Amino acid sequence: MKFQIIDILESTEEIRFSQAALQMIDKIKKRYPENSRKSALIPVLHIAQAESGGWLSPHVMDYVADMLGIKPVEVYEVATFYTLFNLKPAGRYIFEVCRTGPCCLCGAEEIISYLESKLNIKTGETTSDGMFTIKTVDCLAACGNAPVIKVGVDYHENMNNDKIDLLVDNLHLENRSSHQNPYE
Amino acid sequence: MKILLNHIDVPGIQNLNTYRRLGGYSSVEKALKTMTPPDIIKEVKESGLRGRGGAGFPTGLKWFFIDRSSSRQVYLICNADEGEPGTFKDRFMMQYNPHLLIEGMILSGYAIGATTAYIYVRGELFSVMRILEKAIGEAYQSGLLGKNILGTGYSLDLHCHPGAGSYICGEETALIESLEGKRGNPRIKPPFPAIAGLYGCPTVVNNVETICNIPWIINNGGEAYARIGTEKSPGTKLISVSGHVNRPGVYEIELGFPVNEFLFSNDYCGGIRNDHRLKAVIAGGSSVPVLPADLILRTPQGGPRLLSYESLSEGGFEKGTMLGSGGFIVMDETTCIVRNLLNFVRFYHHESCGQCSPCREGTGWMNKILNRLENGTGNIRDIDLLVSIAGNIEGNTICPLGDSSAWPVKSAIHHFRQEFEWHVFEPLACRKQIFEIKSAKVPDNENIKT
Repeated sequence: MKFQIIDILESTEEIRFSQAALQMIDKIKKRYPENSRKSALIPVLHIAQAESGGWLSPHVMDYVADMLGIKPVEVYEVATFYTLFNLKPAGRYIFEVCRTGPCCLCGAEEIISYLESKLNIKTGETTSDGMFTIKTVDCLAACGNAPVIKVGVDYHENMNNDKIDLLVDNLHLENRSSHQNPYE
Repeated sequence: MKILLNHIDVPGIQNLNTYRRLGGYSSVEKALKTMTPPDIIKEVKESGLRGRGGAGFPTGLKWFFIDRSSSRQVYLICNADEGEPGTFKDRFMMQYNPHLLIEGMILSGYAIGATTAYIYVRGELFSVMRILEKAIGEAYQSGLLGKNILGTGYSLDLHCHPGAGSYICGEETALIESLEGKRGNPRIKPPFPAIAGLYGCPTVVNNVETICNIPWIINNGGEAYARIGTEKSPGTKLISVSGHVNRPGVYEIELGFPVNEFLFSNDYCGGIRNDHRLKAVIAGGSSVPVLPADLILRTPQGGPRLLSYESLSEGGFEKGTMLGSGGFIVMDETTCIVRNLLNFVRFYHHESCGQCSPCREGTGWMNKILNRLENGTGNIRDIDLLVSIAGNIEGNTICPLGDSSAWPVKSAIHHFRQEFEWHVFEPLACRKQIFEIKSAKVPDNENIKT
């Protein structure tokens, strides 16, 4: 993994966002006052992450800094603070499993270990085919339907082992990626 | 009495046409055409509405602090960064009735003189943000947002802004920092946001549920609102119920509703699941003190405990708790208090922004010690050490996250000290007992049933 990051730091490959993403970014920038365009940073990073396969490389962060006319370090400090930004490559689908109190009262720990044994990876790891990553997250504001797994923008509530089987099968069939532009 | 969930199950209520057919946006017409901003602030003050995000600060007073004579830009921000574990009412409101929030935003913006407003939605809720953005688009198209609303001369631009997974951004000054595109580090107060908030301008930050109450208050008057609920807790409140009950979900209650009825009536929680006994309740989101069964059902004086700001806090922090955000987490007899506390402390440690040493280091120490106790390698002195660390965090940090991590620890040890001692002397006994209760309640296994 270390090797890969160094590789990317030295990469000179040009970053290109899709036309739709660039249009959305322009629209978002206009929501903030002329001299406060840095406000667009978090929304833009969400889009940048989706455009770059689900994670933010230093190269992508530099690109975003350039786009908003701010210093690269201003992007790094934000990207490292918020848990939804991934700083290393992830699978095509990220299972974000809630592990906070109310979900744990209703079996979150059990579904995490079931998911781990089913995919044969530990939390934080990616399956060898690059398909799935398990990530634990904190309260997803769905405690009434615990336990909860979020994939992309979709919530999967009242989860149990059978529903996990079904979800994994469906995602295999769908064979796309959860890294979609969250603004659509 | 329903104010917030009144039309929640009407099909198509998310669409502007259906919403308007049911009387939606009538308060905007009334307010913008017949009332001045001070009139609105007066009504909200009279209503006695208190902030529903957790702190319970009077909303009318918060608005009153905005200096309307200054020519500076004023901002309105809706705090939809609902992150308090056990709380999911705001997500519910925005998902099922987005126009109610937009209606409230127009009224609030008009009252404080804001021409730009943001809804800061937590990053996990992009699906909800899409619903909101669609509703905002509809409102713009019908002239309810944008320039010269309904021909009254008042203009308001409303935008959504996503967070990116940070509990601390629910604190208003951290939220403002985040909205400015920075790390969510809370600011030192004063200056309060009403003086210097977003981009250094006067700013009001209100919770989703608070703002959703405003249309009713404008339609029916502050006085009518004040007659609902109790004297010190007027109005209704959304309670998010999670944990070991038969019917978890979001319920709207008139403040002052008895906890006992709320827990056991089939119209609400429907009792404890699997016929287990109630062990403890965290009544206002994970940050408030936990209460054992007898103290959540009855006040220290022996009267019935009610769901209101004043009744829940009766008995102080020794024997009472807080209404907080209304995140009602119910735990039955199969719950291990130590393990549950460890989970919450891990959460606070993870979410501490790291600015203040007592919180940054203290939550980490408490996490380590609780891990020790849970793994059976704890020491009897660890229990008082936890209390001491919690006491040193409390009141010594810039924002309330420090206090929020200290109160659950202090209260859990205060009410359940025996369970912590048990973890020291008989490390696995707790798990064994929980296993036994769980197996005893399996109905078709008569042999184990006692």
